[in-house]
Amino acid sequence: MKLAAAFLGVVITTMLTIAMLFTAGWVRPPILGQQNGFRGLGMDQLITPAAQRRLELANALPDAIPIAAPEGPKATEVYKNVQVLTDLTVVQFNTLMAAITTWVAPQQGCAYCHNTDNLADDSVYAKKVARRMIQMTRHVNTDWKAHVQATGVVCWTCHRGNPVPQYVWYNNVRWPQAGGFATTNYGLGHPSLANDSSSLTQDPYSPLADKDAVIRVQAIKALPVSRNGAPILDTEATYSLMIAMSQGLGVNCTFCHNTREFGQWTESTPQRVTAWHGIQMARDLNGAYLAPLKDVLPADRLGPHGDAPKLNCATCHQGANKPLLGVSLAKDYPELGGSQAK
Amino acid sequence: MSAFENIYTQVQVWPGKPEDGVLAARIEREKGATFNYWLGVIGNAQIGPIYLGTLGILSLISGFIAFEIIGLNMWASVNWSPIQFARQLPWLALEPPKPECGLCIIAPLNEGGWWQMAGFFLTASVLLWWWRMYRRARELGLGTHTAWAFASAIWLYLVLGFIRPLLMGHWSEAVPFGIFPHLDWTAAFSIRYGNLFYNPFHMLSIAFLYGSAVLFAMHGATILAVGRYGGEREVEQMMDRGTAAERAALFWRWTMGFNATMESIHRWAWWFAVLVPFTGGIGILLTGTVVDNWYLWGVQHGIAPAYPHLWPPVIDPAASGAAQ
Repeated sequence: MKLAAAFLGVVITTMLTIAMLFTAGWVRPPILGQQNGFRGLGMDQLITPAAQRRLELANALPDAIPIAAPEGPKATEVYKNVQVLTDLTVVQFNTLMAAITTWVAPQQGCAYCHNTDNLADDSVYAKKVARRMIQMTRHVNTDWKAHVQATGVVCWTCHRGNPVPQYVWYNNVRWPQAGGFATTNYGLGHPSLANDSSSLTQDPYSPLADKDAVIRVQAIKALPVSRNGAPILDTEATYSLMIAMSQGLGVNCTFCHNTREFGQWTESTPQRVTAWHGIQMARDLNGAYLAPLKDVLPADRLGPHGDAPKLNCATCHQGANKPLLGVSLAKDYPELGGSQAK
Repeated sequence: MSAFENIYTQVQVWPGKPEDGVLAARIEREKGATFNYWLGVIGNAQIGPIYLGTLGILSLISGFIAFEIIGLNMWASVNWSPIQFARQLPWLALEPPKPECGLCIIAPLNEGGWWQMAGFFLTASVLLWWWRMYRRARELGLGTHTAWAFASAIWLYLVLGFIRPLLMGHWSEAVPFGIFPHLDWTAAFSIRYGNLFYNPFHMLSIAFLYGSAVLFAMHGATILAVGRYGGEREVEQMMDRGTAAERAALFWRWTMGFNATMESIHRWAWWFAVLVPFTGGIGILLTGTVVDNWYLWGVQHGIAPAYPHLWPPVIDPAASGAAQ
C-alpha cells in the first residue's frame, strides 16, 4: 500500500514537472538587465538576447528609396486633383508615391489606392484614407514633436508593409456574454491579450480615444479631501491601459514609474513625460483623423460596433520603446513633415 | 517495531469500533463512523461522527446559494459555453455595483445585483458557520478559541466587502468575486491608495503572517524532534514536565536564550494567527476613509525614504494648464 502510494507520488511529480517544463512561459537565460533608476529600487528593463534578436528582426528597415531632389515643376501643375501634397515637385511627389507603395501596399501596388485608368480619380476608398493619413503624418511630425521629437514617423512606422497596420483597436471588443439580467462585469473578468491576460478591463484603449477619460486615479494628498475620489473601477481601467502601454513598448512599469508610488511625477523618469504626450497624441489622432474614417472605410474594415480602426502605442512602437529602434526614416522625408537631417 | 516518521504518521490508532467520544449520549443522532487508511496517514483514521445540525445545514444552504449565484453568473459571462467556462474560470468574475449606484439597496441585477445577493448569502453562510463552531465548542465543554480565531478572519472579510464600502458610501469599493479578479482588485486597490506597503497596519499584518509561519515551523519542528521522548503528548508535558519538554526547552535556550513553554507556545501561535487578519482589517478600514495615499502619508511621517534622482527634475506636463 505504502509502496503504491510512493510510486504514485513519483509518477505525479514527474508528470507535473514535465507539464511545467513544456507549458510554462520559460525564459531562457541569460536575462540582460539595464538599470534605469537609483540602485535598489528595482528599476530595471529586462530582455534576453533571443528577444533582442526578435525585436531587431521585427524592426528591419524597408528597402531604401532614393531621395528626391526638390527641383522641377510642382505636382499641382502636372497632375489633377492634388489636394494635400500641393507643395511638392513632380519628382518629390512620385518618389513619395513609390515610397508609400513600398511601405503600405507592396503586394497590391498602385491599384490598391488608385483607379489605374485615371490616377486622379477618388473612387477608391483607400485613396481618400491615404490622403488623410498623409495629413496625419505631417501633423504628427510638425505638431507632436513633444512625443516623436526629431525622429518623426513615416507610413512604414505603423504599416510595415501592411495596408492596415498590424496593431489597431476597435471599441468594446469583448467576450460575448449571455446578456439579459446576468452580470455584465463592465468588461472585466476575461483574459485579454491587450492587457497581458489579466482579468482587468478587456478593452483598455478607450481612454486613447476619449480626451475626457480620467487616467489619474491616485490621491494627490495624504488624507482624503473629498468624498468623490476615483473609484476602483477607474483604477482597474487605468491599470489595464498601463499594462497595454507597457506591452506595446516592450518595457515594464519602471521604464516610466518608480513603482513605490506610480502617481508621483517627481519620482518618475523623464520617459513618463514623453509617454504622457504620447497619450495626448493618440487621443488627438484617434479623434481627428482615425475615428472619422468610419464614413470612408468599407464595412469589412470596421469594428464590431461600426467604428474605424484606431491607434494605440503598439501601432507605432510594436514592442520597441523607440519605434524602429530609434531609426529616423522621417528625416529623409520632409514631404511628410520630417525634420531634415542636419 | 514501528519507527517514528517525520513525514507521515506510521502508527495508526485503529480500534475495533469507531469511538463515539465524550457526551456520546447527547450526540446519539450522529452515529455512524468509519475508518480510512489514507486519512490515518495524515491524521486520525476515523471519519465521523459529523454533527451538522440546524446551523450547519442553514450555513451550507446559504453557501450553496452564493456559490450558485457566482458560478452561474460566471457561466453566463461566457455565454453558457462549457468549454470557455472551464478555460476562463480563473479570470471569470462577479463584480460589485457601479460607482454610480453608491450604497443603493437594490442594484440592477446585471450591474451588481447578483453580487449583492451572493454577498448576502455568503456572509450569512460564514456567520452561521461561526455560530455553529461556537455552539459545538460549548457543547463539548471547550473554550471558544477556534470561534474567535475564525471571527478574526470574518472581520477582515466584512471590512473588505461590507464595512469599508459602507464608510466609503459605495458598494463599488468592495471586492469582486473571482480568482484573478480579486487579486487584480487587490493590486488596483493598493495602487489607488498610494501603495499599501506604507500602511503600518499592513506592515503589522505581514509581520504576524510571516511570524505565524515561523512559529508554526518552530513549534512543529520542536514537537517532532522530541517525539522520540513522547513530546507529542503536549498536554501531559504541560502538566508534568518530562524529558521531552526539558530537552525542547533547553534546545531553544541554548540556541536563542529563551524558550516558550509547552503551554505558551500555543498562545503565541494563536495570537500571531489571529492578529494577521485583525491588523490587516484595521489597515483596510483606514484606507480611503482616513488616509487616501499611504505613500504620501509615509513621507509626512518619515517612513518613506527619499532616493537620489538620476535625471533632471521631472515635472507633471499637465501642471502647465494643459488638459490631462
